Formats: sequence, structure tokens, C-alpha cells
Amino acid sequence: MFYIYCPYCGEHREEEEFHPKGQAHIERPKEPEACSDEEWGNYLFFRDNPRGVHHEMWVHAVGCRKFFNMTRHTVSYEILETYKMGEQPSITADSQNQPREAAAVSDQEEVRA
Amino acid sequence: MSNAATFDTRTDTAIPVESPLAYSYRHSGAPRGSGYRLKLRERAMLGHLILRGGAIVLDEAVRDVLGISLPGQPQGLVQDASGERSIQWLSPDEWLVIVPGGEEFPLETQLRERLGDAHFAISDVSGGQTLLEISGEAARELLMKTVIYDVHPSNFPVGKGVTTVFAKATTILRRPSEERWELVVRRSFADYCYRWLLDAGSEYGVNVEQ
Repeated sequence: MFYIYCPYCGEHREEEEFHPKGQAHIERPKEPEACSDEEWGNYLFFRDNPRGVHHEMWVHAVGCRKFFNMTRHTVSYEILETYKMGEQPSITADSQNQPREAAAVSDQEEVRA
Repeated sequence: MSNAATFDTRTDTAIPVESPLAYSYRHSGAPRGSGYRLKLRERAMLGHLILRGGAIVLDEAVRDVLGISLPGQPQGLVQDASGERSIQWLSPDEWLVIVPGGEEFPLETQLRERLGDAHFAISDVSGGQTLLEISGEAARELLMKTVIYDVHPSNFPVGKGVTTVFAKATTILRRPSEERWELVVRRSFADYCYRWLLDAGSEYGVNVEQ
């Protein structure tokens, strides 16, 4: 069971009150008529399936009935953060990987020096 | 005043009406007696209004018309001095107002006049839900085995109300005073909730006040 923090209610609630609603931050093409079939098909049917950090949309179905976003780790299922609609995540796949890459680069530099 | 079509949904006093639990009283009974640790009471036929819109605009209007302000915090529940009128936070742009039966239509009309062309919605849901009062020393114990929400006083102080799952049904659970809890249930779920309460409360002894 998850214990999920609803950013609108401002407190943690049982998973039973929530529903997952798929991938977050999917933007409808501004001009659908101008899309190629491939672009439209990608928008409509194809979703990311990353190993690691993933952004999802959830709804607090039994509580305030608001949609919000959640960042999760697809390997550990850990909830990294929840944030309101329209906001950008503070934790992304890049931000998670960056410190490690930066560390790796500095290691190499040390080796070279 | 907006041009929304409104009408008083309350039936004429000459027409007999039955509470949402009338069927349940006939079929499941209403236990009475002494030595009980749980007391149930239905507050039927109250006026329930759902307010939607911006908090600031609605707060000013409600304060002028009703004399109480919107709850400032999520999960908040405020009451007037008599405890008969209350406003509860349901969502960042949604509040539930409960007033004595018959007051809801005048209140709705007054609010519409006061709000004018502001962006808002008022829905009269009086016919769709009913209010059950639970009190007695075993009230919290009963809620602990029925509701998924943590009802410990440290997490559920007086003046709080949440929408949550009560025995698989979506209900609003609120705590207007130290020893009293209120359940706002859908009319169609009233019989189910009532029978659940009788069954779950049988170990404590239940007294139903009609």
C-alpha cells in the first residue's frame, strides 16, 4: 500500500482514495491538422516506459477529486515527490543521473591529471 | 444577479415526506435501550449546498450572507455559534454548506444576488444526501474499524472534516465537537451505511434516536 501525499489536501492519504491516470505532461499538439500520422499516433497511443524515474498523473478520487502529478521510480516503486497540475517536477531522470555523471567526469579528470 | 434558473426543491409542507432512512427503520429496526455505548441519530431534511468558485470572492459573500467565513485551511470545518450552520472545505474550489432545512433556497438566492457576475456555481444537493450523527464513548472505536482515515484525536481534532471511504462507500466524515462525529452520506448509500453501523456497533450496544 502507498501512503500518498495529496498536494491539494496537504496531507498523506491511503492509496485506496486515489487512482492512477497514466503518464503525466502529455501535451496535445497545438495544431492537430498539421500533424503527420506518426506525430499524432505518438501523441495518442505511445507512452514512455522508462527504467527509473517516471512522471505519472494521479487523481484523488475519493478526497478532493483533483488531478496531480507524481514522480516515481519504476524499479523500486518509490514515490519521489508529488506536485500540483501545471507545475514542473523538481526530480527528473536527468537530475537523478547528473550527480553520478558529474562524479564520473571528475574521476576521469583525476585519472588524467 | 446571474440569469441561472433556480427553484425551491423543497416540497410543500402539506405533502408527507420521509427521511432517507425511513425504509431502513422499517426493515432493519431502530434498536433502543439502556446500557449502550453508541448513539446514532439522523439529521434528515437539512439544506445542503455545494459552493464552487474562487475562495476570496466566495468568502466575502458567505461572510455577508451567512455570518461565517470559509474555512481557511484544507480539511477545515467552521460552524456558527449555534452549531446549526456549517461550512466545510471539500477541495480547493469547493465547499459544502449545511443549514437547517428550508433555509437553503433563500440562502442560495441571497448568495446569487451578492455574487452577481462573479465566476461561481451553487448546487442544491439537499435531496441527494443525509447526515448521520454518531456519539457515545465507543464512537471512535467504531470509526477505527470502519474508516480508512486515521481518527486519532492527534490527527482528527475538532473542526476537521474529510472526504474518505467509510465501509467501501464514499462519505464525508466530520467532527463538529469533542464527543460527536457526523457522517454525510449519499441518499442511495444511507441504508447500507445505517445497516453497517448497526452491525458494527452491535458489540457496543446501539441506541438509535428517531
